[in-house]
Amino acid sequence: MGTVARPAAAMPPRRSRAAASAGFVDRNAKWLFPLPALAFVALLMVFPILYTGYNSLTGWDLGTGRPATFIGFGNYATLAGDGRFLAAVGRTFVFTALAVGVEVVLGIAIALLLHREFRGRRLLTSILLLPMMATPVAIAMVWLLMYEPTAGIVNFLLRQAHLPTPLWIAGPDSVIPALVLVDVWEWTPMVVLITLAGLAGLPSDPFEAARVDGASGWQVTRLITLPLLVPTIVVATLLRLIDALKTFDIIYGMTGGGPGFASETLNIFTYQQAFQYFSFGYAASVLIVFFAIVLGVSLLFTSLRRDPARPVDEQRRAVEQPSGV
Amino acid sequence: MASRAMAAPGAAEVRRRDLGAIVGRSAYPLAIVLVFIFFLAPFFWMILNSFKTPIEVISLPPKLVFQPTLANYENVFASQQFGRYLVNSLVIGAGSVGLGLLLGVPAAFAIARWDQRRLATGILLARIVPGITFLVPLFIVFRQFKLVDTYASLILAHTLVGLPFIVTVMVPFFNAIPRELEEAARVDGASLLQTLRMVILPISGPGIVTASILAFVFSWNNFMFSVVLATNRTKTLPVAVYNFISYAQIDWGGLMAAAVVITVPVLILALLTQRYIVRGLTAGAVKG
Repeated sequence: MGTVARPAAAMPPRRSRAAASAGFVDRNAKWLFPLPALAFVALLMVFPILYTGYNSLTGWDLGTGRPATFIGFGNYATLAGDGRFLAAVGRTFVFTALAVGVEVVLGIAIALLLHREFRGRRLLTSILLLPMMATPVAIAMVWLLMYEPTAGIVNFLLRQAHLPTPLWIAGPDSVIPALVLVDVWEWTPMVVLITLAGLAGLPSDPFEAARVDGASGWQVTRLITLPLLVPTIVVATLLRLIDALKTFDIIYGMTGGGPGFASETLNIFTYQQAFQYFSFGYAASVLIVFFAIVLGVSLLFTSLRRDPARPVDEQRRAVEQPSGV
Repeated sequence: MASRAMAAPGAAEVRRRDLGAIVGRSAYPLAIVLVFIFFLAPFFWMILNSFKTPIEVISLPPKLVFQPTLANYENVFASQQFGRYLVNSLVIGAGSVGLGLLLGVPAAFAIARWDQRRLATGILLARIVPGITFLVPLFIVFRQFKLVDTYASLILAHTLVGLPFIVTVMVPFFNAIPRELEEAARVDGASLLQTLRMVILPISGPGIVTASILAFVFSWNNFMFSVVLATNRTKTLPVAVYNFISYAQIDWGGLMAAAVVITVPVLILALLTQRYIVRGLTAGAVKG
């Protein structure tokens, strides 16, 4: 407050109005600064979600011409018995579990591989950026070509090796694993980069002690590195969980939810209800359930993370230090 | 005594470790090379096939040596009007970055300066919410106001996606600026806004650049919002690439050329600023 008073007194009188308004900004900056962002998010995110909540209680359907009349929880009752919806929920969890599981294990393995000095290390780290920055739709198209059952490179190589050649995204049983592989390619680098940042921030004492005690490389990894990395791994898993549940681009781009509904996850199902059938009321109820699922999984996982709260805080500082300005 | 008991198994241990070291030494470079190949192969395949004729793309065994053709690129720009979609993507990307910075930088400064945890959590929540939960109602509202297929609706929607990233990238940058700098300016009689404009922002250049690039890439790559809101006049590159496969016969060469056109600028941006990008992408990890 003292610093505010001084410049006001030092300024010439004719600038007092500017000074007064600057004083107003200074005094209220705490809420003035975040206000535009908050208003924007409230108007374009919070209000639409509330509006969706209301819509979910109506029978609004542009496709069949049903008006937006209030029908209570009818849509939710329909959902509970909609086999296509329930299958989509299950599929979403299977896809997410497979993708995140593989990405975390593979990501940690690659990070441990890269966590030492060798020629081309910087180059490889740069290359890791490319899959996650590349436009997902374009990537979907490339995998579409590679997965092509007859002319694609993947099945060509499998035939050369006398291995079975799956139908990949064209087969109802192979489509989910095929899409998981694309997601793994795209997002394992994220886990690698986060784990590398975590590794760089680990204290060196335990490792020196282990070396003195004659521990083997694998023992050090299993008994020291991995336990110390737990907070980092939890964070990486959480970030991937949040995004994998919402995967849209590669699935819609490659299969549109097909063949049949074999790759229709919740996000695709919702999209179809809203923009294929234009049943806004029913779609709104799906949106609310989808929102609740993503929020629920995130909160559940965040509460898991709270337990080792201390290590996470220390980890955070450790990770931030080397990269800080 | 204990040390003598350890000595005998120790020798066997050493021999086993030598063997392991030999295997390890050759397995290690092999593993590195495999990682290289796995992550680069799709890019290689995309670029290679973008220079092939339709017959060469589907010929088996795949040709690695062939007479490259630029016909696919000509097709993409001449008959598919990719130039127009490129302009659309650039306008929407630039617009959403500008708006995102305008909204996000002051908010990030407030979070860093006054440690507004609740606000930070709110922003993170915006990242968790599935885009489609607000895309559907936004579409309904935009339709009402005849805003579908306008730059305005797309810029607003893309800003919504980019804003949380701008804030998560900027907060650590502002946190790292020594408080003394700000206090010195204030003692010299500068108002908070002047301090921000003349002291804080000029030294936050790398942070603002990182945030801008990330937000731009998210807008450039965005598919779901664009496929709903950019139907015709404002169609962006990802939608145009996707529309390629709605034809009965897929023109693979053209599709790959389109994929190269949309991906390469992003990859170059990413490589030029990689140090900051890694920090930006993992910012959620250290701050979340």
